[in-house]
Amino acid sequence: MTIWIAIGVTAVGCYAVKLLGLLVPAGALEQPLVRRLAALLPVALLAALTAQQTFADGQALVLDARAAGVAAAAVALLLRAPFLLVVAAAVVVTAGVRAMGG
Amino acid sequence: MRGVTEQTALPDAPGAGAPPGGKPDAAVVRDALGVGVAVGLSGFAFGVTSAGSGLTLAQTCALSLLVFTGASQFALVGALAAGGNPLTAAAGAFFLGMRNAFYGLRLSQLLALSRAARPLAAQWVIDETTAVALAQPTRRAVRIGFTVTGLTLYVLWNLTTLLGALGAEAIGDTDAWGLDAAGPAVFLALLAPMLRTTTERAVAALAVLLGLGLLPVLPAGVPVLVAALAAPLVLWARGRRASDAGAGRGEGER
Repeated sequence: MTIWIAIGVTAVGCYAVKLLGLLVPAGALEQPLVRRLAALLPVALLAALTAQQTFADGQALVLDARAAGVAAAAVALLLRAPFLLVVAAAVVVTAGVRAMGG
Repeated sequence: MRGVTEQTALPDAPGAGAPPGGKPDAAVVRDALGVGVAVGLSGFAFGVTSAGSGLTLAQTCALSLLVFTGASQFALVGALAAGGNPLTAAAGAFFLGMRNAFYGLRLSQLLALSRAARPLAAQWVIDETTAVALAQPTRRAVRIGFTVTGLTLYVLWNLTTLLGALGAEAIGDTDAWGLDAAGPAVFLALLAPMLRTTTERAVAALAVLLGLGLLPVLPAGVPVLVAALAAPLVLWARGRRASDAGAGRGEGER
């Protein structure tokens, strides 16, 4: 049930902000500081989420096969690989390291 | 939903004085399909990740149908899997989705939608539709690009979410297949193109430090929200440095 609550709140909130942008008169959110903050907020969140989902095991920090997989994804990104290939690289390398007992 | 968006996209668009050198419709559709198909297929990764995080098939599909903004969906299932409080988890997903408001601002000028069409178009206001729409030279092309990308992506994303979730249930232990690495890889792929200037890199670095450093001491889901403070902190620090330098001009970055 708590999961459905989280889904409901997220769905309503995410839809509301999408609609807000279409309804608000142009210029209302166009102050430079607000715009810069809006551009940087996803950077902070995505960076923190990447790090946590790579190194977190519950509330502990661990170094396991996922780190190798995400490193492979980073290499794929540097090589300008398409999105799906980047994700596939992470999955395959993580599975491979685990299969070898890592 | 799709019918109405298409209807609003077609009438009066050619009359808007599109230059004769405007992009052919077929080229716009091709660009839009390319993005829609490529990103739409990655719903598979979401379906697998969500089911692997312990969400049911119905919950996984509801997220793709109702939330329909990938980063928020991955963030929510990640936070729930880590044992986060549902509202804390939703808050992280919500903050990630806030960027769509700024896309909507830009799009509403370009699309010039009627008030009645806006609630219907809103669900498709996401990274990919905005990227395609902003790249078009005329209003007609913007509308076609937005609609085709939105439609392709919505259909495929939901279809591949379903298939991914079914697949994950079929193979059982998704971690053995390395599928728990799909989530962070998706975040990294979304993040990488944003790291253009030192400001963005500083924000990312500080957010990683806060996110990992606070993980052992704060309840699940909260460290990510605190890490979001890296954005205002770095802006504030740079603003102070700029004013210390005494120069009256801005940093020249956007």
